[in-house]
Amino acid sequence: MKNSLRATFKRGSMAGVATAGAAALLLTGCGAAPTASSSASATASDYTGCIVSDSGGFDDQSFNQSSYEGLKKAEKDLGIKVNQVESKTNNDFEPNLRAMVTAGCDLTVTVGFLLGDATKAQATANPDKHFAIIDFGYDKPIANVKPIIYDTAQAAFLAGYLAAGTTKTGTVATFGGIKIPTVTIFMDGYADGVKYYNEKKGKNVKVLGWDKAKQDGSFTGDFEKQDKGKQFTQNFLDQGADIVMPVAGPVGKGAGAALKEAKAAGKDVKLIWVDSDGFLTAPDYKDIMLSSVMKQMGEAVETVVKEDKDGKFTNAPYVGTLANDGVQLAPFHDLDSQVPAELKSELDQIKKDIADGKLKVESAASPKA
Amino acid sequence: MTESRQPRHAAEPDPAETPATPAETPATPATPGNETPATQTQDAADAELQAADAATATSLDTAGGAMRPSAVPVSGQSGTVPGGPDSLMRKIFTGSGMVSVLAVLLALILGGLLIASTDKAVSTSAGYLFARPSDFFSAVWSAATRSYVALFQGAVFNPRGSGAAGQFAPLMETLTIATPLITAGLGVALAFRAGLFNIGAQGQIIMSGILAAWVGFALHLPVGLHLLLVLVAGVVGGALWAGLVGFLKARTGAHEVILTIMFNYIALYFLRYLLNTPAFQRPGETNPISPILDPNAVYPQILGSQYRLHLGFLLAIAATVFVWWVLNRSTIGFEFRAVGANPKAALTAGINVPRATILVMAIAGALAGMSGVAQVAGTEKVLTDGVAATYGFDAITVALLGRSTPWGTFAAGLLFGAFRAGAVQMQIQTGTPIDIVLVVQSLIVLFIAAPPLVRAVFGLNPRKKKATTSKKAATTGAAA
Repeated sequence: MKNSLRATFKRGSMAGVATAGAAALLLTGCGAAPTASSSASATASDYTGCIVSDSGGFDDQSFNQSSYEGLKKAEKDLGIKVNQVESKTNNDFEPNLRAMVTAGCDLTVTVGFLLGDATKAQATANPDKHFAIIDFGYDKPIANVKPIIYDTAQAAFLAGYLAAGTTKTGTVATFGGIKIPTVTIFMDGYADGVKYYNEKKGKNVKVLGWDKAKQDGSFTGDFEKQDKGKQFTQNFLDQGADIVMPVAGPVGKGAGAALKEAKAAGKDVKLIWVDSDGFLTAPDYKDIMLSSVMKQMGEAVETVVKEDKDGKFTNAPYVGTLANDGVQLAPFHDLDSQVPAELKSELDQIKKDIADGKLKVESAASPKA
Repeated sequence: MTESRQPRHAAEPDPAETPATPAETPATPATPGNETPATQTQDAADAELQAADAATATSLDTAGGAMRPSAVPVSGQSGTVPGGPDSLMRKIFTGSGMVSVLAVLLALILGGLLIASTDKAVSTSAGYLFARPSDFFSAVWSAATRSYVALFQGAVFNPRGSGAAGQFAPLMETLTIATPLITAGLGVALAFRAGLFNIGAQGQIIMSGILAAWVGFALHLPVGLHLLLVLVAGVVGGALWAGLVGFLKARTGAHEVILTIMFNYIALYFLRYLLNTPAFQRPGETNPISPILDPNAVYPQILGSQYRLHLGFLLAIAATVFVWWVLNRSTIGFEFRAVGANPKAALTAGINVPRATILVMAIAGALAGMSGVAQVAGTEKVLTDGVAATYGFDAITVALLGRSTPWGTFAAGLLFGAFRAGAVQMQIQTGTPIDIVLVVQSLIVLFIAAPPLVRAVFGLNPRKKKATTSKKAATTGAAA
């Protein structure tokens, strides 16, 4: 009995081992096929643009996605080859970047400050390759790395002025995802825009969720939990705010949901989106979308790729401003009629003043260019 | 198999011997709960202890007030009640090695089908499936194999690498990624052997990472001493964080699953808070990223600078040996296993259960702490809020796949390291999303948790096994 039992186990495990072994043989046996296809792409002399995401991935509805779309657009418009790799953890940065260099990328775009060290290391080790990094600048410029950064405060300033000029309750609000400079720069500009409106008009519009002097305010803690965005927004509504600007990627949808509920209950509320034109990218909230603070990352990536392809690469930072349309206030779309013509012309004037340098918008998080 | 148990039985420390022998016969009805046939690999002591439990449990009832009051609320303990939820957990964690292998295989097959289903050539050829089925099947086959070959090339051996160094670079990368998985997995496995389901490896890695990184970038010490201090800080950080869970469990009976989950959150938000303070930021910057660790504070790269493989891997091997020794050769390890098998019985047998609970959690935390050090001093060299990645949770899977044995965990850690390393190459070469590896990992867990499913798929008749299990139990009794 005992022996037959053991035989059963043995047979079972042998079968398992045999199957696993066979699978391993099959895997190694077919090694030649991908080699042929990938070496074919390596021998092509075409220009290759590559991108490495941070742990948010290319579907983060934020800077990874915009940058990726920019590169994809360059693929179509400029006829270049594109190679992309997502990082799941911070541990993946270095192998991903190294793989991109090995894959023969002419320019590699890295997304976010977390990749700062890894990009620097690869750039130093491969001085003949070019790199561009989104939303991060180095203290000491590196010869073959072009930082792509944004003075978002300028456009957010317009949004603050717009909010202050449109509010019915005299209170507007904002909140962030995580307290990092690329988020707080929106909130700084927004608060300053409201302040500028108050000074100019002798009004007293209040901003909830951000104190520029103390550099502290409301943060949901991540860029994922939409229910928190909803909860924050409901709190702001309870405190009398009627316009909310969430600076938290997808969490902004929670804010949109809360505002839609308030609107259904008869309140006159509005939403200001960030990063992209929310009227197009978050169409669920079209009817409450006042405007958006846009960072044109896709365009910047495409421009940098084009420059590099044409042999005009420089390591001078690309700084997105109102002057070069790198940052913008989106059109008002459906809510156009609710913005008074006078306010519109004032916004145009402010935009011109900022672009000309007559009006200075400052934030602790502004790029030091 | 039964023969192999005997010598180990003899090698066990004394305490179990005396109560175990008379208890053999009454134990027989309790063992059918242990239906997974290959649980024999689980060492003999557990069966012995269960037998002892049955005996002591009966004596407890008759003992009346003679027994000293339990310091641990008995209801809060995970005793092995046959058929209870904990015994199910135990079965999942200590299932057979064959089920592990088959689960991996099955998960890979399903993953392959998933890859194929998203492949363009496959969907095109599916359009004329009935006209020319060979196209469809060859497309499925090539989509899956292409991805897995890339996975293999990214994890073990890349024939296109420059020279032997380049060709084996993927293997070194696998070992590097496996390092934190192995040590954190050992922490989870060890705690499980003491009956504690430690989900807190994530928080323990974070706390150790914080301490290790701070020592690494804030202090400036000579070569050797600095790294040693980083290691000690990290290990102590993890040990304290987990030891606190053990303490709360031992003193208040709070369940370790709840505690460790909550402690994970506390650790993560504490880390985020710290990264927003100037003390943890680079001078002149406000990004939540710490300064780079001193060159003296990082692990040396043991095979030269072209590989990321660092000293932490050797320490992971040492940790595996250490855990093996603790579990199988030390008195305290015997106590851990006794508490894991049945805390009530262990208490009656004179084992200090609260002490064992605290100690095993502290050691588990120290092991997870080694992962934290491997992260900040080994690969990343900075502290960010992604310092623990998902290693703390992957560690649970690793321990599960390794059946909570030290070398099993080691092997499972290597496998998962290979998956992670290969996934990068797979993504670059074939465009297969990196998430497919997460799917395969999750499928592995699913199949390990459902051994009958795996056996059914591979045509191993479960009914036959059940019958033989009780026979086995009978022979065990006879042999003793």
